[in-house]
Amino acid sequence: MAFNRHLFDRHARRKLVNYGFVGLTMAATAVAVIALLLILWSLVANGLGGISLHIFTMDQPPPEMPGGLRNAILGSLEMCAIGMVMAVVIGILAGTWLAEYGEGSKLAEVVRFLNDVLLSAPSILIGLFVYELLVRPLHGFSAGAGAVALAFVATPVVTRTTEDILRLQSNQLREAGMAMGAGKSYVIRAIIWRASRPGLVTGALLGFARISGETAPLLFTSLGNPDLSFALTQPMGALPTTIYQFALSAFDDWRALAWVGALLIAITVLAANIIGRALARGSHQS
Amino acid sequence: MSVETAGPSRAARQDAFFQALCFSAAMVLMATLAGLLIALVIGGWPALAHFGPKFFISAAWDPVAEDYGAAGPIVGTLVTAGLAMVMALPLAVGIAVFLVEFCPSVLAKYVSMAVELLAGIPSIVYGMWGLFVLAPWFALHVQLPLFYVVDPDSFWGHLFEGIPNGANIFTAAMILAIMVLPYIATVLRELLLSVPTHVREAAYGMGCTPYEVVSKIMLPYIRRSAIGAVMLGLGRALGETMAVTFIIGNSHEFPRSLFASGSTIASTIANEFAEASSDLHVSALLALGLVLFVITFAALVGARLLIGREKA
Repeated sequence: MAFNRHLFDRHARRKLVNYGFVGLTMAATAVAVIALLLILWSLVANGLGGISLHIFTMDQPPPEMPGGLRNAILGSLEMCAIGMVMAVVIGILAGTWLAEYGEGSKLAEVVRFLNDVLLSAPSILIGLFVYELLVRPLHGFSAGAGAVALAFVATPVVTRTTEDILRLQSNQLREAGMAMGAGKSYVIRAIIWRASRPGLVTGALLGFARISGETAPLLFTSLGNPDLSFALTQPMGALPTTIYQFALSAFDDWRALAWVGALLIAITVLAANIIGRALARGSHQS
Repeated sequence: MSVETAGPSRAARQDAFFQALCFSAAMVLMATLAGLLIALVIGGWPALAHFGPKFFISAAWDPVAEDYGAAGPIVGTLVTAGLAMVMALPLAVGIAVFLVEFCPSVLAKYVSMAVELLAGIPSIVYGMWGLFVLAPWFALHVQLPLFYVVDPDSFWGHLFEGIPNGANIFTAAMILAIMVLPYIATVLRELLLSVPTHVREAAYGMGCTPYEVVSKIMLPYIRRSAIGAVMLGLGRALGETMAVTFIIGNSHEFPRSLFASGSTIASTIANEFAEASSDLHVSALLALGLVLFVITFAALVGARLLIGREKA
């Protein structure tokens, strides 16, 4: 009898510990979900009210004057676009080399490894590098340097996704192309790339999502510019740098604009992430 | 005849050209990392040569007197990142275990999407949220009550010393913890999924509770790679810039308490580089960058070696 009760107690205790554990894992998950919701909520609560047409038609104002974020939005778009073109070209070619040519070679292993390191390297160091590479020698902050810095941040993302996607294509596809008498490069371009198109777009979107909110690489490359400018040789405003400047200022209307900018960036980044992942999921299933 | 011989050779030339193109793109990546290191070494060398080993020990950071010592930012970087890992790891394990073992499959899709989105939020948004939402809340609901309860001369009093404005090392670590959480949780989840089904089911078959299966079988099974996941998160936390710059208070003093304002390497560079007045100041900041590069490189290399490629 006593033996039975002992067994029962032990069983009850194990069950209790287990319930406690399940509860703790649920709590941990809840913390993450709640943190996400809190952040999104404060963006909406503080930023949504400030969105108006002026945001897109007026440049950033001096303190306590009406204004918008046009120069910053267009500056961000221009630098991201140029950066993405560079990142997509280099990233897709490099990813193709890793997947199709490098294969098991030692060199490919090294490149892959360094790309992974670059993927998580602090972006502020990229900023310092481009400063030393382009800003100091050319004696001035410039939008071109900003675009190059963003390209360096996005390239590893595109490379990684490209390699992963190309590896998913079956060798039968490659062999079928070869059997038709096509050269290797033609098979890659006309068959493998085409079959992988949704995945390649995903890579580009993830790269874009990564750089559209990047501030650190722009701080000492494109610097920021309160006026509208499209010149690549001049400093250029960008949403993240403007948010940084406005959020840390003492002026309420600047802070309000910073919240609007943060909301715009968050929407862009999250949309690019969601669309990119949806595309990737679609192509895996097919 | 000539057309036929020109045909294949043109295709072969095209093949060779395309391969060379792809190869040079891959080399651009290698050159980027090498160039990064070279630029930091060359740029930081004057300061390192000028101050010698003192640069790493001294906590003086005085642009007016041109005296630079990196101990404050270096310790600030290590402490915030370390604290962040202490906060993030239990949460990440919880999330990964919940997703793999307990979460109803209907919900799993949305929960993992939420975790992925958390990773997608830009650093500067975390920074604003930290400065305007977290810091005031923390000051009012944690710092002030502690201020009244804790004897200022006790050990705890020294630990919790600081201006109650919420901008300090501890809140910076909180923000960092939320930021690295999704990276660690995602890798841990992949690792847990990689535990062979027969191992898992054998444990269940012996009558183990889910808690026992996870804590005694699955977590030990992935231990080595899990350390890699932690180092991956650590690498992120060490170099995180904007969020920390917003909330850490940016003081170069050597951090003496949890609630003291401080600085990290990245926040110091972000704050001062564009306005650095003298060559020595610029060089000191680049030398700081070099230190950050070495620390994060070590963490990331360690992570990759421990995790292996496929799960990261």
